[in-house]
Amino acid sequence: MNAELIVFVVLAGIAVLGAVSLIVQRHPIRSALSLIVVMVALAGLYLLQGAELVAAIQIIVYAGAIMVLFVFVIMLLNAGEEERTNLSRVARYVGLPLAFFLMLQLAYWIGRGAPGHAAPAAPETTKGLSQMLFTTFVLPFELTSILILVAILGAVVLAKRES
Amino acid sequence: MVPSFYYLVLSAILFGLGVVGFVFKRNIITIFMAIELMLNAVNLAFVTFSRHLGQLNGQVFVFFVIVVAAAEAAVGLAIIILIAKHRQSLNVERVDLLKL
Amino acid sequence: MSDFIAQHPVVVISLIKVIVLMILMMTALAYLSWFERKMVAHIQSRWGPYRVGPHGLLQPLADGLKFLFKEDPTPGGVDRLTYFLAPFLAMSLALSAIAVIPFGPGQPIEILKGHPTGLQIADVNIGLLFLFAITSLGVYGVALGGWSSNSKYPLLGGLRSSAQMISYELAMTMSVVGVVLLAGSFNLREIIEKQHGHWFGIPQWNLLAQPLPQVIGFFCYFVAAIAETNRVPFDLPEAETELVAGFHTEYASFKFAMFFLAEYANMITVSCLATLLFFGGWLSPFPATARFAWTLYLPAALLAVGAVWLFVDGLRYTTRLGRIVMPILALAAAGLAVVCALPGVMEIVQGPFWFLSKVFCFLFFYVWARGTLPRFRYDQLMAFGWKLLLPLSLANVVLTSAMLLVSRK
Repeated sequence: MNAELIVFVVLAGIAVLGAVSLIVQRHPIRSALSLIVVMVALAGLYLLQGAELVAAIQIIVYAGAIMVLFVFVIMLLNAGEEERTNLSRVARYVGLPLAFFLMLQLAYWIGRGAPGHAAPAAPETTKGLSQMLFTTFVLPFELTSILILVAILGAVVLAKRES
Repeated sequence: MVPSFYYLVLSAILFGLGVVGFVFKRNIITIFMAIELMLNAVNLAFVTFSRHLGQLNGQVFVFFVIVVAAAEAAVGLAIIILIAKHRQSLNVERVDLLKL
Repeated sequence: MSDFIAQHPVVVISLIKVIVLMILMMTALAYLSWFERKMVAHIQSRWGPYRVGPHGLLQPLADGLKFLFKEDPTPGGVDRLTYFLAPFLAMSLALSAIAVIPFGPGQPIEILKGHPTGLQIADVNIGLLFLFAITSLGVYGVALGGWSSNSKYPLLGGLRSSAQMISYELAMTMSVVGVVLLAGSFNLREIIEKQHGHWFGIPQWNLLAQPLPQVIGFFCYFVAAIAETNRVPFDLPEAETELVAGFHTEYASFKFAMFFLAEYANMITVSCLATLLFFGGWLSPFPATARFAWTLYLPAALLAVGAVWLFVDGLRYTTRLGRIVMPILALAAAGLAVVCALPGVMEIVQGPFWFLSKVFCFLFFYVWARGTLPRFRYDQLMAFGWKLLLPLSLANVVLTSAMLLVSRK
């Protein structure tokens, strides 16, 4: 029962609770807040595994910019609570158990891919990551910059269609 | 030392919860958020494998997944705003005709 | 108990540091508000708080008591969770940023015997990114606060304020890339260590460093930081004459105090970061040669001058409370001056002294700007951020990398 396991259990619990809350809440803003909680918990898990730069990027970009976009859209559209319709019988009695079964299957098949012990954590992940980004992965890097440019243009065009 | 298996199980659980949210929710924005949850679960699996195998490739992929998710969120939310303005509703069951 | 302390020294040391820093931080926040009111008042040719305690020094205490006892109404129709969450979020994020800021070099003090520790709560390898992460999450306090109030002015104020914050966040993070390139690390201690040394008498702070003095970077960073903290001249979303009070209109006593303190804590964090990144942090502007050995007595000298002034002013003060309290404060300052001149303490005090004086200069500049400048209109503000600051900071990145490449060939 060492400290790392306790931290893992706490962060994993927060992540799962946040994900369940995302599904269960009826107001979209509460779902957005739950997703932010999940992302921050995941950033903590990345830190626990020694991936510092990824954890920082997760919070700065994902939780701090993309989710702000979601929150803005929810505020602008004045999204209210969802209408209460009961799940159909099929959905409730077949769907949810099937989803649970999917989770078990995924856990089994993915879990089998990591046999044995983990390698020790690399000390300088930031430097290694940036070197890889600019040498081995430089083509995807440049392509993603073009992708972001295209996304900006697309968003501007779509938003302008009103006027 | 937490075994990688625990992280992968957590990733599978989060992915499954994302699928449940995607299939069962009716608000467009919440469905989109369930997609983001699935992407996050995949990121966790990538980082876990990267740590397990001692290579940094997994983390580079996480970087790209985050960037692509950002681009997708921008365009997707713009589309959602347009649909909401046209249909006056965020209920996905009302957007069921090809003609807007 | 003492064996818990023996087995987990790091936890106990960190806890003690956190408690001490929290107390210092809350006092600093309270007296920063006093300082701002006095200074803005003097700029506007009037006295600030003058009655509550000598020179208004007890004004923050009076304000604190007011915030505690004032009625705290909750408007109808608010979204309860987010309404109560927003100020807590803003305040806790603003306060947790202090955890990675280093106040002095090396590992000079020993809180527990045998465990020398540095003047920083958490020495993280990605310290700079941690601070930017906190800033990114700080947008939520404003956006959620504005939206949850169920009222037009806060909603508009909150949306405008958060849009402004995310726009200037880009310019702020890009302008710091030049510093990171020069230092080769995100660790705040290493960034300061790289600013060591003097070149023909000019201290090698990043503002003046070779190969490229980061002047553009500093300008972009500081302007973006003022916009990020929603201060004049970028405070349109929360100005009283514009949008009632912006996103914190519907917040009353204690929650408003939390937003208010969060804003000041953000100011302090930004000033600390500006000194760390561009002004050498705890490094003294004088070289450490024998010719400048007298500068080691500067903290003691300044405290002694302050003590004398307080004493003389206190004896001639109008109220009796002032005539008693101020000489006592003067004696305390004199005692501190003597302590700072002792050989053991003198070296430890140097680092924090220079750091705090530089931070104080930045805070002075913030308050000076508040008293002097008019505010930007919202479209001017956004145009400035996107069309001027962001390209300028990108140009700084390109220039710095080019100069580094040339100088390291």
